[in-house]
Amino acid sequence: MSDDTLHVELVAADRLVWSGEATVVNARTAGGEIGILANHMPVLSLLEAGVIEVETADGETWLAAVDDGFISVAANRVSILASHADLAQDIDAGEARSELERVRGEDDDHRTNAEVRRLEARIRAAERAS
Amino acid sequence: MAVSLREYRARIKSTESMKKITRAMELIAASRIIKAQQRAQSAAPYARELTRAVSAVATYSNVDHPLTTEPEDPKRAAILVITSDRGLAGAYSSSVLKEAERLRTRLEDEGKEVDTYISGRKGEAYFRFRNRPIVEAWTGHSDQPNFEVAEAIGHSLIGAFINDEPEARTIQDHGQDREVPPGVDEVHVVFTQFRSMLVQEPRDIRLLPLEVVEGEEMPESDEVLPLYEFEPSPEEVLDGLLPKYVQSRIFFALLQAAASELAARQKAMKSATDNADELIKKYTRTANQARQAGITQEISEIVGGVNALADAQAGSE
Repeated sequence: MSDDTLHVELVAADRLVWSGEATVVNARTAGGEIGILANHMPVLSLLEAGVIEVETADGETWLAAVDDGFISVAANRVSILASHADLAQDIDAGEARSELERVRGEDDDHRTNAEVRRLEARIRAAERAS
Repeated sequence: MAVSLREYRARIKSTESMKKITRAMELIAASRIIKAQQRAQSAAPYARELTRAVSAVATYSNVDHPLTTEPEDPKRAAILVITSDRGLAGAYSSSVLKEAERLRTRLEDEGKEVDTYISGRKGEAYFRFRNRPIVEAWTGHSDQPNFEVAEAIGHSLIGAFINDEPEARTIQDHGQDREVPPGVDEVHVVFTQFRSMLVQEPRDIRLLPLEVVEGEEMPESDEVLPLYEFEPSPEEVLDGLLPKYVQSRIFFALLQAAASELAARQKAMKSATDNADELIKKYTRTANQARQAGITQEISEIVGGVNALADAQAGSE
């Protein structure tokens, strides 16, 4: 592991979504937006449903939508864990939007809120990627 | 001959078509096991990272969390039994259920009341047939479990564990009255662990209160856990992590059970195919015998008839 890159793993409950070297990771935590560069201090933080932005070591940028989870940073290793995570290119924004309409119509408040946040994150990720 | 040749032929035919079905099921199960094992493997990174994080929080802070606290004097326990949705898998479901009954007897001997939660249609049918109460059942996913199911099960079980009410009560849920059983003091899971294609073992583990398994999947001992900064606070991080940890354990159990179910089904279908082979052989032999007996009988009838005719002609001359 070199000193100026981060080893990033984006892990969903049922699969490893992405892993590789990166220079910058941007995520939204419970405390607000954080940006992680190499040699960041060790942090373990709760993640909110939102968009993850990662700049890879080759200079490319990818986005992913995640729901509640957490991020741990230690010794230039970044692990992002979420129950569900999808890369932006795999998300169909139209589908997510119609899903959102349907969920908003439901009256189960507690479940709906979480679902709405999750879907909004997906839509945002897909829009920013395109 | 008690049964005619035609009937034997019909039996051979039906056994043959049955064999085709069991053979197909065997092959399907075999191909799905590979997928189930892959799924179990791809869930491993999540479980590993989660365990690391939980032990990091547990090591660097002395936080007491409701999910890890042993209740004094436990009075009520919940059992989650993971069975299959479909049969034709040999003794798979019945051995899990037997294990569950053993656990229930043990818990009852310790003076605890037992609530039952079920995953899989077979287990549900078992309890309904015996008119025994089920608190909640999840069905329709046993051979391909997804994380949503694990989340739903985890949500219910954690809810039951956190609930401190000593009495059952009724709450309003979706405009309907729903009976909520009293809170439980511990939660067990009974599932079948996939050891190999040939060996699957029913096991029970205690899910709650949580013991963070330090031995299992710990990072290598020479790797010192870094001094983490917790955001927003160790308590809140733990609050977010532990339910996920529980869900991931349940997901693990579901995946193991799915692989075991498919392995058991493959084994059962293989022996069914072998038995069908043997039956066909046996029926073919008896059919041949019947055919031979028919021919012999015809010959002796013809010979007898000719002799009788010859005798009659000799008599009239």
